[in-house]
Amino acid sequence: MDFGTFLVQCLNSVQYGLLLFLVASGLTLIFGIMGVINLAHGSFYMLGAYMAFALSPLFGDQFIVMLAVGVVLAAVFGYLLEWAFFSYLYQRDHLQQVLMTYGLILVFEELRSILVGNDVHGVKAPPWLEGSFALGNLMSYPWYRLFASAACVVLAVGLYYVVNRTRLGMMIRAGASNRDMVRGLGIDIRRLYRIVFAAGVALAALAGMIAAPMSSVYPGMGASVLIICFVVVVIGGIGSITGALVASLLVGFVDTFGKVFFAELSGMGVYVLMAIVLIWRPEGLMGRKV
Amino acid sequence: MQRLSHSIPLLCAIVLAVFGPMLSPYLSDLVVKVMILSIFALSLELLVGMTGLVSLGHAAFYGIGAYATVLGSGKDGGSIALLLPLAMGSAAAYALAVGALSLRTRGVYFIMVTLAFAQMAFFVFHDTALGGGSDGIYMYIRPTLGALDMENRYTQFYVVLAALVLTYGLLALIRRSRFGAALAGIRVNEQRMRAAGFAVYGYKLAAFVIAGALAGLAGFLLASRDGVVNPELLAWHNSGEVLLMIILGGLGHLRGAVIGAVAFTLLKELLSTHALVGPLADHWQLTLGLAIIAFVALLPKGIIGIAARISPAAAKPAKGAAA
Repeated sequence: MDFGTFLVQCLNSVQYGLLLFLVASGLTLIFGIMGVINLAHGSFYMLGAYMAFALSPLFGDQFIVMLAVGVVLAAVFGYLLEWAFFSYLYQRDHLQQVLMTYGLILVFEELRSILVGNDVHGVKAPPWLEGSFALGNLMSYPWYRLFASAACVVLAVGLYYVVNRTRLGMMIRAGASNRDMVRGLGIDIRRLYRIVFAAGVALAALAGMIAAPMSSVYPGMGASVLIICFVVVVIGGIGSITGALVASLLVGFVDTFGKVFFAELSGMGVYVLMAIVLIWRPEGLMGRKV
Repeated sequence: MQRLSHSIPLLCAIVLAVFGPMLSPYLSDLVVKVMILSIFALSLELLVGMTGLVSLGHAAFYGIGAYATVLGSGKDGGSIALLLPLAMGSAAAYALAVGALSLRTRGVYFIMVTLAFAQMAFFVFHDTALGGGSDGIYMYIRPTLGALDMENRYTQFYVVLAALVLTYGLLALIRRSRFGAALAGIRVNEQRMRAAGFAVYGYKLAAFVIAGALAGLAGFLLASRDGVVNPELLAWHNSGEVLLMIILGGLGHLRGAVIGAVAFTLLKELLSTHALVGPLADHWQLTLGLAIIAFVALLPKGIIGIAARISPAAAKPAKGAAA
């Protein structure tokens, strides 16, 4: 492998890893704070991708505006969904949460099939991000992928800032480490739940929108992302944003380079990584001992 | 009550054995399918209902059992005496590896890890040429053993029925044994069991491997019935559906797993029948999803739980296995 290829693969790894981070961070926070295991989280990623498919003809050049509109729509959707459905799951055990969110996936998939059909769709990158730039003499790298990575970096930094430097973030971290204590201190936990859930949905949908021009938009795309995100959460440790970031990048590198070196068995790489982490630190890289 | 709780399932088995041959080919095929699903559901009941381990990756063992059956039978077919141990052994071996790793975690981690390892097995069959890739593979000749030929639909029926009765009996025995009592203790309070000097990890791993082997048995029977396997068998929908079956029936009862398998199959048939639900039948996933949500929300104790409301004594779990 020459240096150019290596560089391209590194960029791909980082970009894929950061995209996973956007989805996984919501998943890990929702579990860490509300104690809900949400199988339908992958559906929010799918929702984002289909929103990009539906909205991009309307916005054309204004890709950033489209992302902003999509995020707002997704957040509103998440807020309503928490109010109407998820708020009833908090008191139930994990088994019931698994089944009810599984039921929700079936509902989302069928609604998707009714509304958009079962075809695979492509989404065009905005005109100002088309084409590639040269990397060395032989290699080139698409502008859109670079944009996606940059957008994810900005979002990751923003998320880090909100979680670690603001009052809201303080409540979120406190909620993730001891839910009952936060409630006992008089913080409006229901409002906090609703905000975190809406933010989780918005992040997953945003990841879906950003990913849409790179991967096609297809039925069942939520499930594959969901399971990889579970791997990320298990590796990183539940409730830890930093853990999710480290694990996402690790998974991004293992998956991308796995495809280069072991084409046929590439699907297995990340699970082997998870197995190693489970042997070494069953509670995850950044998780607390359970 | 104890005697009654075993005599009803036995009665059902006898009725099936007597009237089975009179069923039309379509009905008999459906009954065989439901019995195979019942074995699959029973194997998961050992984990979820008896030990308190919520696994969301059980379809992997089912699929591995089915694949082992097809891969093990060559162009001239194979012997049941060889293929059955092969199917159960392969499933048990994977269960040993997955269990050894995933049982290091608990609760929601365990759910995610079992799902992830099942997905890994799915990818092995889906992405490599080992099992024919995403199309799956056909079996040339169904397994035989002496006069038993799985090609014959009556043989198929009785072999599957016998397997179901044996599985049910084995689990009923496990429940009454010291081993079963230890599993119940782990479900209720693992910490206390550990403090009492039980090697909790070993017990859980043993339960996981037995459950995997029994799911492999169900997989063997499915492959012998269908004569074809594909990676969809290992897909996580199957893990979700089988989990749903045991909840639907009623967790903590062996009967629950069987009732759940029957009820789930009927529900799915019903929701996709045009004559009954009209145009909604094309969107059965939507109605099924809503039904699942409503069911879990309103009846967390399953169908057996309904019986319990009407007559509390009828659904009391057997001694030492209170749920």
